[in-house]
Amino acid sequence: MSQKNRLDGGQIDRNHRLSFSFDGKNYSGYAGDTLASALLANDVRLMGRSFKYHRPRGVFSAGSEEPNALVELRSGARREPNTRATVAELYDGLEAQSQNRFPSLRFDVMAINDRLSSFLSAGFYYKTFMWPAAFWEKIYEPFIRRAAGLGHLSGEEDPDDYDKGFLHCDLLVIGAGPSGLVAAQTAGRAGAEVILAEEDFTFGGRLLADTGLLTDQHANDWIAEVVGELSNLPNVRLMTRTTVFGQYDHGIFGAVERVTDHLPEPPSQKPRQILWRIYAKRTLLTAGATERPITFDNNDRPGVMLAGAMRAYANRWAVAPAKEVAIFTNNDDGHRTARDLNAKGVKIAALVDSRADAPTSPEFEVLSGAKIIDSRGRLGLKSVKVRLQDGSVKDLTCGALGIAGGWNPNVHLTCHKRGRPVWNDHISAFVPVPDSDPLLRVAGAAAGLFSTHEALQSGADKTIEALKDLDISAHLPDLPQAEGAPVNIAPFWYVKGGKGRAWLDLQNDVTVKDIKLAHQEGFKSVEHVKRYTTLGMATDQGKTANLGALAILADLEGKTIPDVGTTIFRPPYTPVSIGAFAGRSRGKNFRPYRLTPSHKWAEEQGAIFVEAGNWLRAQWFPIEGETHWRQSVDREVLAVRKSVGICDVTTLGKIDVQGADAAKFLNHVYCNGFAKLPVGKTRYGLMLREDGMAMDDGTAARLAEDHFVVTTTTANAVSVFRHMEFCRQCLWPGLDVQLISTTEAWAQFAVAGPNSRQLLQKIVDPEHDISNEAFTYMACGEITICSGLRARLFRISFSGELAYEIAVPARYGDALIRRLMDVGEEFDIVPYGTEALGVLRIEKGHAAGNELNGQSTAAMLGLGRMVSQKKDSIGRVLAGRPHLMREDDYRLVGLRPVYAEDTILSGAHLMSVGDPANAKNDQGWVTSAAYSPHIGSSIALAFLKKGENRHGEVLRIVSPLDNMDIQITVTIPHFIDPEGVRLRV
Amino acid sequence: MIINHPLLGPRDAQEFVYLGDASLIDRPDAMAETALNDFHDYLYLRDNPAGSHQELWFHEQGDRSWLVVTRDTASHEITHVELAVDYAKRRGRDR
Amino acid sequence: MRYSALRVLLEGLRRNTGWKPVWRDPAPQPEYDYVIVGGGGHGLATAHYLAKVYKKAWIAVLEKGWIGGGNVGRNTTIIRSNYLLDGNEPLYEFALKLWEGLEQDLNYNAMVSQRGILNLCHSDAQRDAFRRRGNAMILNDADAELLDQEQVRDMVPFLDFENARFPIKGGLLQRRGGTVRHDAVAWGYARSADSHGVDIIQNCEVTGFKIEKGTIKGVETNRGYIGANKVGVSVAGSSSRVMAMAGLRLPIESHVLQAFVSEGLKPIIPGVITFGAGHFYISQSDKGGLVFGGDIDGYNSYAQRGNLPVVEDVLEGGMALMPMIGRARLLRMWGGLMDMSMDGSPFIDKTPIEGLYFNGGWCYGGFKATPASGYVFAHLLATDTPHETATQLRLDRFLTGAMIDEKGAGAQPNLH
Repeated sequence: MSQKNRLDGGQIDRNHRLSFSFDGKNYSGYAGDTLASALLANDVRLMGRSFKYHRPRGVFSAGSEEPNALVELRSGARREPNTRATVAELYDGLEAQSQNRFPSLRFDVMAINDRLSSFLSAGFYYKTFMWPAAFWEKIYEPFIRRAAGLGHLSGEEDPDDYDKGFLHCDLLVIGAGPSGLVAAQTAGRAGAEVILAEEDFTFGGRLLADTGLLTDQHANDWIAEVVGELSNLPNVRLMTRTTVFGQYDHGIFGAVERVTDHLPEPPSQKPRQILWRIYAKRTLLTAGATERPITFDNNDRPGVMLAGAMRAYANRWAVAPAKEVAIFTNNDDGHRTARDLNAKGVKIAALVDSRADAPTSPEFEVLSGAKIIDSRGRLGLKSVKVRLQDGSVKDLTCGALGIAGGWNPNVHLTCHKRGRPVWNDHISAFVPVPDSDPLLRVAGAAAGLFSTHEALQSGADKTIEALKDLDISAHLPDLPQAEGAPVNIAPFWYVKGGKGRAWLDLQNDVTVKDIKLAHQEGFKSVEHVKRYTTLGMATDQGKTANLGALAILADLEGKTIPDVGTTIFRPPYTPVSIGAFAGRSRGKNFRPYRLTPSHKWAEEQGAIFVEAGNWLRAQWFPIEGETHWRQSVDREVLAVRKSVGICDVTTLGKIDVQGADAAKFLNHVYCNGFAKLPVGKTRYGLMLREDGMAMDDGTAARLAEDHFVVTTTTANAVSVFRHMEFCRQCLWPGLDVQLISTTEAWAQFAVAGPNSRQLLQKIVDPEHDISNEAFTYMACGEITICSGLRARLFRISFSGELAYEIAVPARYGDALIRRLMDVGEEFDIVPYGTEALGVLRIEKGHAAGNELNGQSTAAMLGLGRMVSQKKDSIGRVLAGRPHLMREDDYRLVGLRPVYAEDTILSGAHLMSVGDPANAKNDQGWVTSAAYSPHIGSSIALAFLKKGENRHGEVLRIVSPLDNMDIQITVTIPHFIDPEGVRLRV
Repeated sequence: MIINHPLLGPRDAQEFVYLGDASLIDRPDAMAETALNDFHDYLYLRDNPAGSHQELWFHEQGDRSWLVVTRDTASHEITHVELAVDYAKRRGRDR
Repeated sequence: MRYSALRVLLEGLRRNTGWKPVWRDPAPQPEYDYVIVGGGGHGLATAHYLAKVYKKAWIAVLEKGWIGGGNVGRNTTIIRSNYLLDGNEPLYEFALKLWEGLEQDLNYNAMVSQRGILNLCHSDAQRDAFRRRGNAMILNDADAELLDQEQVRDMVPFLDFENARFPIKGGLLQRRGGTVRHDAVAWGYARSADSHGVDIIQNCEVTGFKIEKGTIKGVETNRGYIGANKVGVSVAGSSSRVMAMAGLRLPIESHVLQAFVSEGLKPIIPGVITFGAGHFYISQSDKGGLVFGGDIDGYNSYAQRGNLPVVEDVLEGGMALMPMIGRARLLRMWGGLMDMSMDGSPFIDKTPIEGLYFNGGWCYGGFKATPASGYVFAHLLATDTPHETATQLRLDRFLTGAMIDEKGAGAQPNLH
C-alpha cells in the first residue's frame, strides 16, 4: 500500500487509513484526503480525458474550480457522473471510474480527434455535416451525441432522499477563510444571528494551504480557537460542506449542504443533501479567490496544475505531485509555492518567472524573464521547455509544473443580480464594485485583498459596517498579526508565437487558436466568442479559463481587458444536484393529496380513484363480478336514473358571501341577475372573465337576505375565489360584503334519482318539510338532519333527475354517507363516481370543464341570453365585441352516431360528409363523449359552427389520429328530458 | 422576493399570486358610450415599464388581501406596499 | 465562401487561416429602403428572406448589442408545430417545414434535429384536448400521433410509471419536432443575409423614430440618424419600450422565463419530453447537457433573471417525471425576457404609422417560429399584405374580439 508521493505533516489523519479504487485498481489514502490528493499521493497523475480531443488530463486545481479530474463516483444507482476528484472526500471503500474514454483511460480510441484537430477547430460543425440532408439525424448526429457528453447517469431512480429547509439570519458569511472566520467572530460576539457557510469539509479556507503564522500560532491552532469560540455561541450556525450557490432578490440565497456525500451511503433517515433557502438581512461574501494559469503550448498535460493547488496539496494534504517540480509564475505568489515545496523536500527544477526583475532565492534556481514554451509527456509530464531571457531554450525535467498567473477574486455571487465587476490594475483582475449592493458586502480575497492581514481586517470592518445597518453594534476583535505581503504581479497571460496548441478551457478543449479563429471569423464580442468556441461552458464554467481568453481577445482587438468586457456569472456557483432542488417533492409526494370526506368509506367499498387537480375522487365503485369499468359505470348511471345514487361533490368550490350588499355584489360577478333571487332559492350562475369569455359556472343559493352560498367547479375553486376577492377589494371596495371559502368546511353529497326525496326524508328532521310543494325545484335551506345535525339542502341537479345536494360540517361527512347508504338500502341506492357523474351530465347536456375551457363564450354554450344587458357585470362589455357576436360562431350541440355501434371520440373534428378532411373544412370538434346506457349508444357534446340551426343534420366526425371517420347526427345537447320534467317531480 | 405586507410584515413572495398592473383597479364605466374602447384599453393596453411599476399581488396563502406593490421591474426592488382596498378607494372606487 | 466538408478539410490543411468573417461589419449608411430593428433570430431571418426570397435590396439590421444576444441565444432550442388554433398552427407548421430545409437554404449547419417531441397527458380531459389538438395538427398538414400508456412506456421507459403522483396516461407525439442549435440560427441567418447584401450593424441602438404626418422617415440611433422607407421592429422582450418611442402602446407585458442546463452527460434522453402535470420540459443537447425549463416566474420583469421558487418548481416536476436525473447536476440557469401577449399569441402586423411594422408578442414560443416569423414579416414588409399563414396575428384583434388564445387563459399574460 504505497503512497510514494506522501510527504510529512499535513492535515490528514494517518491513524485512519482508507482504501479506495480508481478504474478498478485499489489504493490507500487517509481521512482528510480528497480523491484527488489520495490519487496524487499514489503517484496517479492521469485522471481524465478532455471533452473534445480526449486529451489525457490530470488534476489541475485543489478545489471546486477543477476542469480536468472528473470521475464517475460510486456505482449502481448511486453513480455520480462528472464528480470533481478535488472535492470528493475520501471514504473507505470509495469507488471511482474515469469517464469519457473508450476502452480505457490510458488508451482511448477517441483520442483520434486529437490527431484531427486541424479539422475540428472552433465551430467546424456549423460548416459541415449538411450533405446529404437526411444524414444528420441518422448518421452524423447519433455519432456526435455518443462521442459527446462526459459521464454516464445510471439510468436508475436516485435512491437517496433530499430535504429542503429555510434559514434566517442577520448576517450570512459565505466562505470560512480568514476573512469569513473573523467576520463570524465579530458578528457572533455582537449577538447577531450568524450563519457561516463553507463549501469545504473543514474551516480555514486558504489558511489550510499555507504555512504562515498568525501572531505566533500555527494557522490551524488559530482556526481551531475561533471555530471553538463560534461553536459555543448559540447565535452562530456553522455549516461546512455547504455551498452558497446563488444570490436572489431581497437577500435570499440558495445553498446546498452535502450532508452525507462523504459517507459510502446515507445512514437511514438521513438525506444525501439539503437545499437551504437562506434569508439574510445582510451578507458578507468572503469566498476567496481562484488562481488562473498562464497559457503556453501543450500546457494541458497530466502534472501541470495551478501553483496554489500544488502548495495546497503539499501543505494541507502532505502530497508532492511529483518528486521534482517546476514553477511558472508572473507574480510573487509563485515564489511562495516554490519555497513551501522546497521546504517540504520536494526538488524544485527551477522557478520560471516571466518578470525580468523577479526576486531571487537562495534555495532554488530562479529563471527571471523566462517563459515556459512547451512541454513533453503524453500521459504525464516529463519535462518543460523554457525560453530564457537571452532567448536560448532549455529543457527542465519535472513530473509536475505549478503555474501561478495571479488570482481572480471569486466575485460570482455579486454578479447574480446582474452586477458587473470592475477591473483592478493593481492585482490585474476583476473585483466587485465596492459598496454597490447594500445587502451584500465583500471582504478578503473576494474583494481583491489578498494578504492574510487584509483579509482579517476587511472581514471585521465589513461586518461592523453591515451590522450597523441593522442597529447592531459590533467591535473590532483583537486581530492576530499576519503576513501583509503586497501583490506584485506583471500581467502575463499567454506565451506568444507558439506553433502548437495552447489550452485555455481545459475541459472543453478551447485553445488560443480557437479564440483567434473566432475573432478572424467576426465573433468579436465576448459573448460571441464564448458561444462560438464553447469557452467557459463546461462544468467548471471557465473559472480558470475566462480571463485568459479575454486577454487574448484584448490583444486581438488592441484594447484593454476591461474595454473588451467581462462575462458575468449566473447561478449556480458550482453545479448542484437536481435532486436537491426537488427535495421530497417526487414520486407520490410530488404534490399533496386532498381527500374527500367520504374517502375512507369509498376505499372500503373498493372504489377506483382518479386525480382531479390535487383531489383524489372516486371514479367508479366496482362490485363483485364486474371486470370492466364500463360495467360499473353503466350500472351506476342506470341506478341513478331508475332509483337513487349518491356522489361526493365536496370538491366543488364553496364560497360564503355575506353582507348587506351580497346580492349587489353577485350581480357584478355573475353575468345573470341575482338581485331578485328570493331567500330560499338557488340560481344557476355564469361568471365571465372581463374579456367576455366564460370563466366558471355554478350555483348561488340565497340562505338569507344577506347570505349567499356560491359554488364553483372543482378546477376553478381557487381562482374564482381570488377573482371575487379582486372584485370586492379592488373594484367595489365600498360594498358591504365579505367572502370566505368554505370548500373544506362542508362535506357535500349529490343525492340524485327519482327516489332521492324519499331517501332524504328518512334523515331530514321532521320539522323540515321537503315535499315537492314545500321545497320546490331550486329551493335551498338550512335544515337539521339525524336529530339535530345542522345541514344545508339544495334542490339542484346535474344529472337531470330529481336531485339534491346536501351539506354537513365536514367532520360529519363520513357518518352521513354511511347513514345514507344504510337508509338507502331499500331503494337499492348506489354510490357513483366521477365517470357516472360525467355520463349523467353529458346525457343532460350540462357544460363542464371540456366545454368551459376558457375559449368559450356564453353564446357558444347556448347561454347567450343569460348575459344581462341591464346591469354592469364583469365581462359584459367585451362579450359584445363583433367577433364574439358573429352569427357563424360555434354552438354547443349533441351528437349521436348514425350507426349505433360506432363510438364517438372526444377531440374528433366535425366535417361535412363528402368534404375532404382538412383544416379548411373543419366545422367544429367533439368536446365530451360517453357511452350512454340510457340511449344505448355513444353520445357526445360538440361545438359546431352555427350548430343551433343544424339539429338533424348528418355530418361526419374524423379523428385522423385514430383513423376514425364516422357519421353522426346533430341533435340538441340534451339526450334526456329536455323539458326538465324529471327535475320538478 | 419578499413583500412587506402592511398588516403582516415581511412575507415570502411565494405566498402571493401575481395579477398585473394596478391600473386594473381603474375599471371604466360600463355604461358609457365609449365602453367598448375603454374596456379594450383598460384590459389590454397596460403600462409595461422597465422601472417602477405598481402592481397587484394577492396574499393567497395568507390573509387574502390584495396588495398594490410598487416594484422596479429592472431591479425587482420593492419600494412601497399598501392594501389595494385603500388604493382603490383613493382612486374613487366605491360601490 | 461556401461551407462544406471539403472546405473544412482544405482550410484545416491551411491551418484554418483562410476562413473569412461570417458577416461583414459595415458602417451604417445614411439611408436604407428597409431597416429591421433587432438583430435577433426573427430580425435576421426577416432580412434573409427579404433579400433572398423577396429580392429586396438596401436592407439594414440594427442591433443594439451583439447579434443573437437576446432570446434566440437564451431559449431551450425546441422546435415543434403542435398548436391547436387556426390562427397559429399554419404558421408554426410553415416554420417547421422551413426548419427542415434550413441548412441547405443557409449553407450553415444549425443542427436541426427532429428527434421528436412528446407531450405527456395525465387525465382523460387532457387526452381529449390532445386529441383535438393532434387532429387539428394533422388537418393542417402537420404530423401527430396519440400514444397510449404502453406506447409511451416503450418509447421512454425511464419515466416514473410506478410511483407517480399523476400517472402518465399517454402522450401526443410529434416526430418532426425536435431541437436546433440556437446560436447557430442567428449566425446562419446573419451570414446568409450578409451574403445577400444586408448590412448587419451591431452596437447600434435605436433611440427614436422619425415620424412625419403619420409616416415613418427613419430611426435615430446612437450611431446617428438612419433614413428608411420601411421600418420593421422585431425586438422581443423590449417591444413595449421600443414601440413606446413611436407613441404606441402594446397588448404586451415583459416577463422572465428561466431556463436550465445540466452538466454534460452521455446520451440518455432521446427527444423532447414535456410533463403534463407540472411545469417541466426537457431535452438533451448534442453536447450532452440536459436542457430544461418550466413556467415563467409570473411577474413583470426586465431583469433577465428569476428567483428560486420557480427553479424548485421546475426541478420538482423533473424529479417527479424522471427520478433518474437526481444525481445529475444543474450547471447553469439564466433568464430571458418574454414579450407576453394578452392571448399568448404573437403579432405580425402593420402599425397605425405608415411604413412602421411590428413583429413581437411571441411569449416563450418565438424560437420555434423563427424561420416563418422572418418569412412572413418579410412578406408583409415587401408586399404590405399579410402572408397567408399570418392573417390573424393582428394588433387590433382585441378590439374585434378575435383572440388566439391556445390556453384559454384570457387577458392575463402570466397565465399563457
